[in-house]
Amino acid sequence: MYSQGLTDAKGGDEPAELLAEFQAKIDREEKIEPRDWMPEAYRKTLIRQMSQHAHSEIVGQLPEGNWVTRAPSLKRKMILLAKIQDEAGHGLYIYSATETLGVTRDQLNDELLTGKAKYSSIFNYPTLSWADIGAVGWLVDGAAIMNQVPLCRTSYGPYSRSMIRICKEESFHQRQGYEIMTVLARGSKEQKDMAQRALNRFWWPSLMMFGPSDKDSKHSEQSMKWKIKRFTNDELRQKFIDATVPQAEHLGLTVPDPELKWNEQTGHYDHGEIDWNEFVNVIKGNGPCNKERMQARIKAHEEGAWVREAAQQYHANKKSEAA
Amino acid sequence: MEPALYQYLLRLADSSLTMGQRLAEWCGHGPYLEEDVALTNVSLDLIGHAQMFYQIAVEVSGEHKTPDDLAFLRDAHEFRNPLLTELPKGDFAYTTLKQYFVDVFNLHLYQALSKSKHQPLAQAAKKALMEVKYHLTRSQAWCERLSLSTDEAKQRMQQAFDDLWFYTPELFETDEAMLQLADQGLIADYSVLQSYWQQQVSDLISKCQLVVPQSGWLATGGLQGEHSEHLGYMLAEMQFLQRAYPGCEW
Amino acid sequence: MSEMKLYEVFIRAKSGLNHRHVGSLHASDAEMALMNARDVYTRRKEGVSIWVVESCHITASNPEHEHEWFDPAEDKVYRHPTFYPLDKEVENM
Repeated sequence: MYSQGLTDAKGGDEPAELLAEFQAKIDREEKIEPRDWMPEAYRKTLIRQMSQHAHSEIVGQLPEGNWVTRAPSLKRKMILLAKIQDEAGHGLYIYSATETLGVTRDQLNDELLTGKAKYSSIFNYPTLSWADIGAVGWLVDGAAIMNQVPLCRTSYGPYSRSMIRICKEESFHQRQGYEIMTVLARGSKEQKDMAQRALNRFWWPSLMMFGPSDKDSKHSEQSMKWKIKRFTNDELRQKFIDATVPQAEHLGLTVPDPELKWNEQTGHYDHGEIDWNEFVNVIKGNGPCNKERMQARIKAHEEGAWVREAAQQYHANKKSEAA
Repeated sequence: MEPALYQYLLRLADSSLTMGQRLAEWCGHGPYLEEDVALTNVSLDLIGHAQMFYQIAVEVSGEHKTPDDLAFLRDAHEFRNPLLTELPKGDFAYTTLKQYFVDVFNLHLYQALSKSKHQPLAQAAKKALMEVKYHLTRSQAWCERLSLSTDEAKQRMQQAFDDLWFYTPELFETDEAMLQLADQGLIADYSVLQSYWQQQVSDLISKCQLVVPQSGWLATGGLQGEHSEHLGYMLAEMQFLQRAYPGCEW
Repeated sequence: MSEMKLYEVFIRAKSGLNHRHVGSLHASDAEMALMNARDVYTRRKEGVSIWVVESCHITASNPEHEHEWFDPAEDKVYRHPTFYPLDKEVENM
């Protein structure tokens, strides 16, 4: 689904000539491919951003998975299953692209399960009602798309290619979420209340998905220069707000920000301050569901160990039979 | 309204739905990422089959109902699936072996049903058959991998086999109404299905070196709506929203 | 136990086209890799045929040799039909 721009990496002692050539290539909008020379910091930044992105897809399966067995119709059940499955697939595409940078899937997985690697803070919030599934599709996938569309042009070839595929596949994700909200907003009073409560809970965490404010974001500048990122966190966040507020109004739902106001002069919505303490806290591991999410991933990994071993042992047996 | 055919279609649909629902529980929790995606594909196919069969059931019944009404607004005693399909997901060996038993059954069942004189049923069976062939390729490949590998995997497979084996004869149970449908060329001859199934499964049992358990409780009751305790919980979860907010659109 | 093997996946979108690299996945063996590739990379009917090959079996050219290997082809203009001017009357050759 998305990475939160928490990346950071230090440069090493690399020949100025190679560095200049590398930057020139980026400036010419040529893609960097796996075996090309690249600065160590570029590689590390990518590994961190891409693995965060992949981890987010994987952990992102869980809050929605929470409603798979309770989806209210056969159609909704199939849509939700297909969507969560896409997320697993997208995690896989990005892991696959990250592995071209010289890390293994096992390493990446270890980093997630030991808490060394981060993933998007949004997935540490619970899905308490069916409307939350609508809100996740509409807002969380909506925010993710804002972030991911520019990543299709990111400078690293394998990342860019996986993002093109992902964006194509995700195009139904936000729409199905908004459609759920539409049905609820036009349904019974209880359904409409359900939709409003979901918007209340997911609005601010969705805005946090774009990462820290530009003035506090230490990595943006270098990532922009390398064309890993194409827009700043605040630019994307504003774009998201501008696009989403009219959608909420169309549903007759209220965005839970009393300071939200259209600004004629700037042509954008002004909005209230994000609770950055909450953001930092959730990133640090103190969100409502951080523990559950990690426990679920660890459990799946541990309970799957004998299956992975068996499959490999079977192959080894076959090989020795053939020999 | 043709009560016998209607009840039979419910048996098909309920079996697919309960299998698909159990498999969906793996979504996000598979043994590794690639398998997570693969398991969900099978689940999606099965829920799709359920929807198809419910749709035909609705048409046969002539009542103003939808497939969702049948899935979400019937209580456990109205479900017609064999007990095997409603059993909890268990570990990966249990899921795999249960899937294999049902896949072999479905293969022969849909092959026969694709020749049904009831055209909508024949069409649906053809569509389902295509997907079931792939399901079987997968579940068989996994049965072999788990049975002929590590000691732990072998032991888990044998355990699953012991736990599931006596649920399989119920797949072939028939009643008077089904026998009549078979006579009219509308549904399969279940005694033929059973002989195909036994042949194919016994090949796998010997290939996988599994030991057939001596005795156990012989499952029965699905045809009469008498199920295991598990189905009630599955429905309580699956039907929660429709029950808590009656009459709403979703 | 060590990580499952890495396979590269190639898909033919429809008959008449080449197989094209689409990504990779991990599997215990080729048969599983093929099935998983079907489930991971053709969920929207993206293909009619799949190849999988263990990544370690691919031999790749060195990007450092890019210029010396590939640039010499650039000025062989006589390999292209536009190099040969023809009279208008026979232009469609």
